[in-house]
Amino acid sequence: MSTTLKKEHRSNRPARGGLATFVEAIRQGIWEEMERDASVFCIGEDVGVYGGAFKVTDGLLDEFGEDRVIDTPISEAAIVGAACGAALMGMRPVAEFQFIDFISAGFDMLTNYAAKCRYRWGANIAAVFRGPCGSGVHAGPFHSVNAESFFLNTAGLKIVEPSTAYDAKGLIKAAIRDPDPVIFFEHKKLYRLPRLREELPEDDYIVEIGKARIMREGRDLSIITFGAQVLTALDAAEELEKEGLDVEVIDLRTLSPLDKTTILNSVKKTSKVLVLHEASRTGGIGGEIAAIIAEEAFEWLDAPVVRVASIDTPVPYSPPLEEYYLPQVKDVLDAARKLARY
Amino acid sequence: MKQQNPTSSEAQQDVNAPKLTCTSETTLKPDGMLELYRYLKLTRLVEERLVNLYRQTKVVGGVFRSLGQEATAVGSAYALKPEDFVTPLIRDLGAVLVKGIRPREIFAQYMAKAWGPSGGRDLNIHFGDMSKGFVGPISHLGDMIPVMTGVLLAARMQKKDLVALAYIGDGGMSTGAFHEGLNFAAVQRLPLIIMAEYNYYAYSTPTSKQTAVKDLAEKAAGYGIPGHIVDGNDIIACYEVTRRAAEYARDGGGAVLIEAKTYRRKGHAEHDDQRYVPPEEIEWWEKNNDPVDRYENYLTEKKISTRERLEEITTDINRELDEDVAWAESSPMPEAEQAAYGVFDNNTVPPAFRPKVLKR
Ligand SMILES: Cc1ncc(C[n+]2csc(CCOP(=O)(O)OP(=O)(O)O)c2C)c(N)n1
Ligand SMILES: [Mg+2]
Repeated sequence: MSTTLKKEHRSNRPARGGLATFVEAIRQGIWEEMERDASVFCIGEDVGVYGGAFKVTDGLLDEFGEDRVIDTPISEAAIVGAACGAALMGMRPVAEFQFIDFISAGFDMLTNYAAKCRYRWGANIAAVFRGPCGSGVHAGPFHSVNAESFFLNTAGLKIVEPSTAYDAKGLIKAAIRDPDPVIFFEHKKLYRLPRLREELPEDDYIVEIGKARIMREGRDLSIITFGAQVLTALDAAEELEKEGLDVEVIDLRTLSPLDKTTILNSVKKTSKVLVLHEASRTGGIGGEIAAIIAEEAFEWLDAPVVRVASIDTPVPYSPPLEEYYLPQVKDVLDAARKLARY
Repeated sequence: MKQQNPTSSEAQQDVNAPKLTCTSETTLKPDGMLELYRYLKLTRLVEERLVNLYRQTKVVGGVFRSLGQEATAVGSAYALKPEDFVTPLIRDLGAVLVKGIRPREIFAQYMAKAWGPSGGRDLNIHFGDMSKGFVGPISHLGDMIPVMTGVLLAARMQKKDLVALAYIGDGGMSTGAFHEGLNFAAVQRLPLIIMAEYNYYAYSTPTSKQTAVKDLAEKAAGYGIPGHIVDGNDIIACYEVTRRAAEYARDGGGAVLIEAKTYRRKGHAEHDDQRYVPPEEIEWWEKNNDPVDRYENYLTEKKISTRERLEEITTDINRELDEDVAWAESSPMPEAEQAAYGVFDNNTVPPAFRPKVLKR
């Protein structure tokens, strides 16, 4: 009975390219890498039979078998540690956190083991640690976190967070091929967002880690952001255009190592910068970006760098509270208008 | 104290098995048995109301049911004294209700309302009430075990004579935090009772993928504490095993691990289609091993109650729930700025309001 059930639900190999949502793009990327390279495997809670809580790994078990799609106990430290061990042996694990909030239970393994192996003894950990992050879906304090800052201050971990389907596929493939540990954040609000469906190329492609993307060119003001907030920035930019403000939107895509060149070029062009992110303001990546700009492009600035971010609280559950917590288009508009007038 | 619940496949072969009821030996008096029935039925009905509210899109987050395993939480929590502590997991709503939390608080909390116990900041049973001995959980499985160890360390220093009951799933037992917390409690001989709920699944993962032991109770040996197995759908047995464990713990015996064999009849949450479960497995448990049916059979066969009396209790519960749902629905949503309060003591650190941009 259970086999018939499974057959009914069997998910076919995703198309190579074609019209894809954000989640389908990631799935395509992992699938293609598993086909291309027998050392790539998936590991995590409910990633096999269930296909992952968000169905990112749906169908992989049927295609690649239990050896390469491993359902684990609820043991994040073991997931990260085992991924590291397998990577030492030359495998390329793609480890999933059911929600990125649970990465905390693998924090020690990530920051002390994965991050420091190459530096200490030249052994590289070619592993991807991925999972759904982000707020705005009323999931409360334990299923909504944006965790990039927890890792930004650890040398040895690359951090990636795409905002388009094209980049999601290209970056997951690049992350899997990368020789070092990559934390790959997937904003859960983007997974099935119709707005993000796009035509992907049929051919194999990657998006280079460490390169930001100019989502929209502009002369008057730069908004530097990433993840789901790229959409907030684009919506705000469109509104501001009506007011005669020409806004540039930069999607960082990689949060560590940061693409300083693209950031600084934009600053030199517009001389006014707004940094936007979803994690709480204090200790957020916005501070790092503002500091880089202050250190390396101070003379080019016509106004102080402005940060728009979530408030310094846990992520609340109730919709009105969460809306207040999160930066909204209106907050970006207010900040951008003031910045423009400065 | 040891007894084994049939697995669904074993039990299915025995078509002529007599209708299951409950263990007959109990220290409970008839009044207590009826009160216990009330909590059991209340738990089921509160969840049914939650599902209705969820379908009307009035519940903001997910609904996680304990359908078919309610007896474990209700029976065990009922064995505690009022001053004892519990820390439940999502499927232990019954323990929360036994601890005196009112259904209206649960409804308002699920609906993310201002009058909910966390004022809309957190969801489902993620709150607490120290005065009632209820320490609410967080999502991160296993984390509450060390916390309860700390509760008991404090109680010992404060010369309070109390025990704590912590619930954990077959999946949650795989966490490092669980192990560290229980190990610590065991070496300190703290009166911590672990109720390990073997309900066949952790989300989609079968217990065989969580642990290589056959029974979770075997793990007790690794901590040097006693382990017991109980039929988790026999509410009287759950009550009795916990009562005895609490006595043992209170008398200085230290930690105890109880494994309750039960079954999760619903998916992980309402959205889960349970494609990984053979449907006849669920059907079997529903037909043959439902904890409410079993307790009703027991109460009527033993002539402790009539069916009519049980129906009166149910009617009474429904009246309370009508009122409580209405109360929760009448609550406003929280005001947006409330998000900024309460991270710290706001007498020392001001609330985290959205900053006014470029103030100068
Ligand atoms: C540390 C941690 N990792 C992952 C999760 C996500 N998660 C929530 S419930 C669950 C399954 C729990 O199974 P079990 O412990 O058996 O409890 P049950 O749902 O059966 O009551 C998982 C994996 C979590 N809450 N905490
Ligand atoms: Mg379970």
